[in-house]
Amino acid sequence: MNATSFENPNGFESPRPFDSFHDSSVAAVMSTGRLLGAYLAEAKFESLRMFRVLGFSIPFLVLPVALYLLFGVVLFGEAIRNDPAAGKFLFAAFGVFGVMGPGMFGFGATIATEREQGLLTLKRALPAPAGSYLLAKLLMTMLFALIVMATMIPAALLLGHLPLTFAQCASVTAISVFGSLPFCAIGLFIGTRVSGKAAIAFVNLIYVPMMHISGLFYPLPKFLRTISPVWPTYHLQQLVFAALGMSSYGRTAIHIAVLAGLTVLLTAFSIRRLARVG
Amino acid sequence: MSNEYWAELSGVKKRFGKTVALDGLDLQVRPGELFSVLGPNGAGKSTAISLLLGLLKPDSGAARLFGASPFRVEARRRVGVMMQEVTLAPELRVREHVALVASYYPHPFTPAEAMELTNISSLASRPYGKLSAGQKRQVQFAMAVCGRPKLLFLDEPSVGLDVRARETMWATLRQLVHNGSSIVLTTHYLEEAESLSNRVAVLNKGRLIASGTVNEIRALVVRKHITCSTVLGADQIAAWPDVESVTRDQQRLQISTSNSEAVVRRLLAADSNLQELEVRRAGLAEAFTELTQEAA
Repeated sequence: MNATSFENPNGFESPRPFDSFHDSSVAAVMSTGRLLGAYLAEAKFESLRMFRVLGFSIPFLVLPVALYLLFGVVLFGEAIRNDPAAGKFLFAAFGVFGVMGPGMFGFGATIATEREQGLLTLKRALPAPAGSYLLAKLLMTMLFALIVMATMIPAALLLGHLPLTFAQCASVTAISVFGSLPFCAIGLFIGTRVSGKAAIAFVNLIYVPMMHISGLFYPLPKFLRTISPVWPTYHLQQLVFAALGMSSYGRTAIHIAVLAGLTVLLTAFSIRRLARVG
Repeated sequence: MSNEYWAELSGVKKRFGKTVALDGLDLQVRPGELFSVLGPNGAGKSTAISLLLGLLKPDSGAARLFGASPFRVEARRRVGVMMQEVTLAPELRVREHVALVASYYPHPFTPAEAMELTNISSLASRPYGKLSAGQKRQVQFAMAVCGRPKLLFLDEPSVGLDVRARETMWATLRQLVHNGSSIVLTTHYLEEAESLSNRVAVLNKGRLIASGTVNEIRALVVRKHITCSTVLGADQIAAWPDVESVTRDQQRLQISTSNSEAVVRRLLAADSNLQELEVRRAGLAEAFTELTQEAA
């Protein structure tokens, strides 16, 4: 495109690409490449901005590996050398912890806030491709989960002295990346229903108990253990245990079905709500 | 639906609970025009625009954008939007915001071109959150034009802009229309509508109460204002035919009349020493006030 200059009535003179404003080729059809590019741009800028929000990126990217190093290496490193299962338990716990946060807060709080701020309305008025807004947040969350694993695995191998095979590392990474989806769905469900301020409170209302009474960090008393399967963290933890070659409860297929079912159900409710209410 | 119109509401009714927002509204946007939609708060302007952008569904009647449903993304790919109340991610830089919106369109400007077109190249690397309110509006304007839209919807675009930025925006708008785009403008600044518009629609209570060129709208108000300095009494003139009201402002009389020629003739005949005679036609602002009051 050639930039051409024009003199406007107010005397501003600058090279402006007006002449090509109406390209004869302008049609409302997007090539597949450009459509894909739009989805990628949305995901790229969503990730970029969440990385730049230090109040989001530092706790969710640094905290899991930092806590793992604190408990798994500094405090109990000696004991774990003689009991790799305990080391793997801590690794699994902080891994699942790292996967929970970005989905619940990245979806929950940000969607609620952006709805209030009119951003969702603007996206609906603009020709943003279908679902690109939610998909971008999903990919951002998966990227965060990937980074959590990319820092925890070297920490576990090099400093935690955990005997992990390549296959175990790969499968635990895949489980974590896809395991972030049900937490996205929970966040989405909350974020499409309440205000921005309330969303943080509601997310915490689920996040904190889920972290503490689903058996993630420590053995539970019997009455809590019987209800722990209601928490998605329990199922994700069992999948990670199985992937690490540890003893686990329940069948893999059931855990996957519960997590997938929760994701699909909550997402469907939320999308319906978004389409109706915005 | 004819292809004559780029955007069209026909017989649209829309309610929110018990409130009637639009009551059988017909509105057409033609190619290459700057069309201002005016009306007091609650007149239904925002609802009308929301229907044309596919943000709302009409209860009855139809909304069309380039002959298609506004819910179709293909129709919206020819449209640029600047909304009144929107908060964009403060962490993203200006260039990144423009690049993201440009990615939605088939044949957009590059972000650099769009920023140049709207005179914000110097802000390109600044985080959006660090900009002044006026600069944010300029960025939103760049986002509205970056997709090379045929039709632009601008809701109160010049709020918060300084004089120079507003003139730049106006110049850009005139140039866009000159190059064949259409613009739908909603504004509270009647001088903005008066200065830019080819056509004006005045809404009140969800109905179209007037539409036409700025001059046609002004002419709808036949009343003119006569001011003069005279020895004649206000009560005396108030009794003349065609005189609607007379007020005294210090030494001068203010006469409102729908037949200024007859009243001026009689004034001059009755007072040979009459001075400082002035006859003024209603401006768009006055016409607007009058039209919306009449309809109320």
